[in-house]
Amino acid sequence: MDRRLIIEHIPRLRRYARALVGDRYVADDLVQDTLERAWNKFYLWREGSDLRAWLFTIMHNVFVNQARRRRYEIEQAMEELPAVAVRATQGEQLELEDVDRVLRSLSTEQREVVLLVAVEQLTYEQVSRTLDIPIGTVMSRLSRARERMRQLLGNQIVVPLKVVK
Amino acid sequence: MKPVTEIDLHTYVDGGLSEAAKAEVDAWLRAHPEDAERMRAYAEQNALLRSLYNAVLEEPVPAALLAGHPRAWRRYAAAAVIFALGIGSGWLIRGEFVVPQMVPVSLARQAATAHVVYAPEVRHPVEVTANEEAHLVGWLSKRLGTTLKAPKLGPLGYELVGGRLLSGPQGPVAHFMYQDGRGQRLTLYVSRQRGEPRDTAFRFSQEDRVSVFYWVDGNFGYALSGEIKREQLLQVAEVVYKQLNP
Repeated sequence: MDRRLIIEHIPRLRRYARALVGDRYVADDLVQDTLERAWNKFYLWREGSDLRAWLFTIMHNVFVNQARRRRYEIEQAMEELPAVAVRATQGEQLELEDVDRVLRSLSTEQREVVLLVAVEQLTYEQVSRTLDIPIGTVMSRLSRARERMRQLLGNQIVVPLKVVK
Repeated sequence: MKPVTEIDLHTYVDGGLSEAAKAEVDAWLRAHPEDAERMRAYAEQNALLRSLYNAVLEEPVPAALLAGHPRAWRRYAAAAVIFALGIGSGWLIRGEFVVPQMVPVSLARQAATAHVVYAPEVRHPVEVTANEEAHLVGWLSKRLGTTLKAPKLGPLGYELVGGRLLSGPQGPVAHFMYQDGRGQRLTLYVSRQRGEPRDTAFRFSQEDRVSVFYWVDGNFGYALSGEIKREQLLQVAEVVYKQLNP
């Protein structure tokens, strides 16, 4: 057992971090902090258990702590804002930038769940353990995130505007 | 038709259903075009997100991520102090102070390889036996260009069998062998390290059946190998370390 095992997971940690925070350098900082913690805590890892899930859990914890420190509440608050559909026309092939922009518009909680399921292809059970939330919460976040993305990408108005008479 | 749940639908999109359950959802979706459209959109989201971020997997990993972080050195200083105080094995288990510093993994592998080659040897486990310990240590010291010591592990039940000179990737290697009353053997592998002198904390590696604790101290890498449990080997490794760094 040694660091080779962890090193194998670095590309996937980078992928998840990039998708989670967007910016390349911020993402690699997150990976670096995660690795540092992982090396330090390596003796806590139970041999034979899922190392990847363990690393994602560490990354989640580092991310949440940083988010708390850096006061990312602004981002949280964005969830409350009325969503604006990003697409002008339907039926056209979706642009990847649109997908990215819509992903950014999700709350971090929803984004984590969507990415762990869609990109990292963890099972719901693994997501539940990684994020340390009940599986019901995983499902409700996933469901809401997907629906929100669908509506934004599908040019539907999510928040009904008040009709001003 | 059996109603399917929202969870079934998501699991369907994420490929987590059994064949039977999948057939049920298929049937449901044929009868419920709105759900079918929704699931198609979710599946498309999955595909788009993957194609958006899979490229990261192909990027070369920045060296800084492989090498550990400079900030780690501050922690290392604390680790060195604690280690010097001989607080014991608890620090390692708690793990807060273990150094995230690159150690050539090959040190552990080389040592384990030497262990499995020589430890089972019945007639010629060593070149020079413990009867000629002074000669052995003097000879190996000369070849490695440093003053070596063969740690005394008698209190732990291990007596020196002897040693030999090996050839390693960085030149000569000193190889000491110990044995307990039941014939269990441990080997200590000492090799010069390439590059700047540096120090690391203990690292553990399991190389097949062989457990290895290894560390770098200045210009030399040390690896203690044995087919015993990690905790037992750690006890010995700590004694070895303390004797080499009085």
